[in-house]
Amino acid sequence: MFRILKSFSKRMLRSLFGQYDNIKIGFYGPPNAGKTSIANTICKDWTGQEIGKVSKIPHETRNVQFKEKVEIKHKGKALTFKIIDTPGIATKIDYEDFLKFGLKRKDAKKRAKEATQGIIESIKWLDDMDAVVVVLDSAENPYSQVNITIIGNLAARKIPVLVVANKIDLRKADIKKIESAFPEYDVVGISAKDGTNMEEFYESLFKLAKKV
Amino acid sequence: MKNKKLKGLTLHVLPFSEVKDLTITERVKRILSLVLGNKIVIMHGRLRAEEESRLVQDTMAMIGHIKTFKGIELAVIEPDLRKETMFTKMKYNIAKSLVGDNSALTVIGPATVVKEIKRDPKKIEVLLG
Repeated sequence: MFRILKSFSKRMLRSLFGQYDNIKIGFYGPPNAGKTSIANTICKDWTGQEIGKVSKIPHETRNVQFKEKVEIKHKGKALTFKIIDTPGIATKIDYEDFLKFGLKRKDAKKRAKEATQGIIESIKWLDDMDAVVVVLDSAENPYSQVNITIIGNLAARKIPVLVVANKIDLRKADIKKIESAFPEYDVVGISAKDGTNMEEFYESLFKLAKKV
Repeated sequence: MKNKKLKGLTLHVLPFSEVKDLTITERVKRILSLVLGNKIVIMHGRLRAEEESRLVQDTMAMIGHIKTFKGIELAVIEPDLRKETMFTKMKYNIAKSLVGDNSALTVIGPATVVKEIKRDPKKIEVLLG
């Protein structure tokens, strides 16, 4: 109830005073979907600096990281965002999975510990978001409980959502599957790796900002 | 070898009536205590969004503190209403708001026991590790 009132009053203030400035956009999703890659592409495009490191090893991002005052221009309009990149959310973490990537046991255990804390932090940050970009790997099954839990929590908090189907450059990518899994949300397919469809992404991001 | 792995596997059916009056903390605690006992919980109904996120947070807090606990596998199976008429959907939503979503079935198991839970709207498949 308190959350709904908070969100309503925030929207009222924005509409009265036009505070469409520094809109807090969170990047959420399962590990290795490409949240940091997308956040990096945006930050590099508009500030010249990246937000964080990317890696093939899951749970590379283990702390919430953000970039303030990212001004994005699209079709003659400009909006300022606070880009918030969050650790991937999972329901299980096994340090032995990291050993397969060549990590030493001690480092794998450390990474697992930090990853669990990162997930807790990610969930805590949900309440602070104005809008969220849910990043999914378009070559993976979208019907995982983690995806449903993330989107369910955003819906319960009445936070506007844009679903990004990343990695469309992969042969197994299937955007249609993501669209049918989340029919009530806008889905935009991109490849953060090679920059495909970023214009369409910015268009959708501006539409998302209007819902805040 | 396979039989050895399945030895001691327990399915615990948790009726909705047993958890409906519990607070979020109590409900999550109840589920996790069963999962920590290496049981696969089959719960009538589904958790609310905030309960699911709380379950994930509490699970994460336990990994590393409880030996051999690596997390959980969780899945919800619910009626597929996409092809139903508007009237049926409306009836379902009214019932849901009045008595809670107990037409769904939630399966939660320890990740070390449950490798994956595959589902389609008509069946659920629990793949053991």
